[in-house]
Amino acid sequence: MTDVLERPAHAEGHGHEEHGPTGILKWLTTTDHKVIGLSYTVTAVVMMVIGGAFAEIIRAQLSSPNGTLVSLAQYNELFTMHGSVMIYLFAGPFAFGALANIIVPIQIGAPDMAFPRLNALSYWLYLTGSITMLSGFFVAGGAANFGWVAYVPLSSSVATPGSGADLWIGGLLLTGFSAIFTGVNLCATIFYLRAPGMTMFRMPIFTWNLLVTAILILLAFPVLTAGLIMLYADRHFGTHIFSVAGGGVPVLWQNIFWFWGHPEVYILALPFFGMVTEIIAVFSKKPVFGYKGMIFATLTIGALSLGVWAHHMFTTGTVLLPFFSIMSLLIAVPTGIKMFNWVGTMWRGQIWFSTAMLMAIGFLVTFLVGGLTGIYLASPPLDFFTHDTYFVVAHFHSVVMALVLGAMGGLYYWGPKITGYMLNERIGKAQFWFLFVGTQVFTLPMYLLGLRGMPRRMAVYPKHPSWQYLNDWATVGAVLIGISTILFVVNVVYSWKRYPAGDNPWDGHTLEWFTTSPPPHHNFYRLPPIRSERPTWDYNHPEHKALEHGHREPAAEGSAK
Amino acid sequence: MRTEARVLLSLGVFFAIMDAVYWIWSKEDAGGVMIIAGTLLCFLPGLYYFWWSRRMRPRPEDDPHAEPAQGAGVVGTFPGTSIWPFTLGMASFVMVLALVFGVWLLVPGLGLTFWAVVGATGESRRGGQH
Repeated sequence: MTDVLERPAHAEGHGHEEHGPTGILKWLTTTDHKVIGLSYTVTAVVMMVIGGAFAEIIRAQLSSPNGTLVSLAQYNELFTMHGSVMIYLFAGPFAFGALANIIVPIQIGAPDMAFPRLNALSYWLYLTGSITMLSGFFVAGGAANFGWVAYVPLSSSVATPGSGADLWIGGLLLTGFSAIFTGVNLCATIFYLRAPGMTMFRMPIFTWNLLVTAILILLAFPVLTAGLIMLYADRHFGTHIFSVAGGGVPVLWQNIFWFWGHPEVYILALPFFGMVTEIIAVFSKKPVFGYKGMIFATLTIGALSLGVWAHHMFTTGTVLLPFFSIMSLLIAVPTGIKMFNWVGTMWRGQIWFSTAMLMAIGFLVTFLVGGLTGIYLASPPLDFFTHDTYFVVAHFHSVVMALVLGAMGGLYYWGPKITGYMLNERIGKAQFWFLFVGTQVFTLPMYLLGLRGMPRRMAVYPKHPSWQYLNDWATVGAVLIGISTILFVVNVVYSWKRYPAGDNPWDGHTLEWFTTSPPPHHNFYRLPPIRSERPTWDYNHPEHKALEHGHREPAAEGSAK
Repeated sequence: MRTEARVLLSLGVFFAIMDAVYWIWSKEDAGGVMIIAGTLLCFLPGLYYFWWSRRMRPRPEDDPHAEPAQGAGVVGTFPGTSIWPFTLGMASFVMVLALVFGVWLLVPGLGLTFWAVVGATGESRRGGQH
């Protein structure tokens, strides 16, 4: 029978024992959000390693001007699949599929996601989509090779007739539907399954960010799916939506793609913003500074993100430059609010420099670099100068490497809750320094390369001393990042069931630290009264009596300093 | 309920204003239509929540002074385990491969889909396995 879950009238006995199939059948048939989230996490980390391996090959090729490691055609496949794997198969699913799936229901006191079977379907679509996209390497003609943005006419059937391109489209259709289903699930869970007393303005920032992410998914992903179907129709059914020959408009693809693609940037970023907010608050032993301001900033980023897509298309000459420039510059305001709030949360806190906290601080620094160079690129005159150069590559790698730092912070922070075991802190800190230093050594030379005019997506480049040594430095950075990934794998293997975590190893604030590690089936045996945005802290520290959120007694503030 | 409605409706109003400015200024149709779709997508659930928020008593999760015991009662029906999401996932996989390797793959793909839909519906009615 299905479980008709009732919350009992007394406080005890909410969760219950799990029974059912074991082994591989358990994995295939599960509808438990924690098992699905763990599958997502493992798959996404494997995708990160695959995409990272592509990146290492690319950097090895570029370490000398006339690299011969891969052919020109293979290089096109490599940078296309590096971008596709990292954006579609790692960053997105990791952001809203992996940790969100596990943590969001627990943070709001829910027994599971609202639609558990839909949640399982999301995972299977994501897994099969990933396999579909990557299988392009095994067909005649190789994988997709038109860049991760698939600009028409490069992605037309004339320029890329191979089935690798079709597999790329098919894989994206599957992962796109997976994302849409996850978005529906997250919205329904957050709107309908909160625990008593968990009002909207008491939800943890991570959950708030995931709510806005889910809304953005629902706004953006259907556009991409529709665009992909049009692209497929152009390739195989003889339509001319994007081809000039039949009266179509090639730049329409760019409009459709980026109408998904820019909200996608925030779909990727907002969950990691949320993770970092939680980590910084917990490890500074303070409530989030400016809780409502943080939510307002998240909503503003979500609202603005629908009106900035064409800043990727300034040089096409077909877009309204002032509108998109103003909207893009405006995004800096809520992002700046977040930056100041993160610093404000740390300000005069008792900072505990655990690995998770180091990763979060590394995120702040790296994201600041990526965000500030984004402001340059939002200005059309500067964008005309740097478009399609390594400056753009460096900008978005600063941003996404910041997200990788945030992802690692999230794994170190919530790993003990999910598995019941801690990761080794010493190896973790070594990993942090390799990752953080590697990221800067990797991105900063690329900014200079871009300003010196090196175009992106080149397998070979002219021998020029001012390009050569910068490329060498970028390759060194990529190697350091590779070592950090190996250290992470080593840490997981070394710490396997070695350090039992206990229920609340970090003295956490939010509801996930109230239940056991790992949480039982349906998550809770009992719930605390929820009186602020950090109910577990209130329960464990009754001396810091929570009044209404945001208004604490002076004594409570004083002891946090 | 009211906060949920406000979040969605204020996003929708923002998109509507932004779309008006964009469309009148740029006269470019694709973006204008896509933002209108976004506006409607916010208004549809937003108005639904707004309509209900005026007709129902605040739920325990909307009450800042609620005790855990106030949530007593049926939360919902949660399936134990189910093979049908996996089946439907594999069916979608086969159907997408039909885009690349040939229309004949639609036969097993649609067959699996039909099987999964029937199976999942039956499971919802009867209750599935644990």
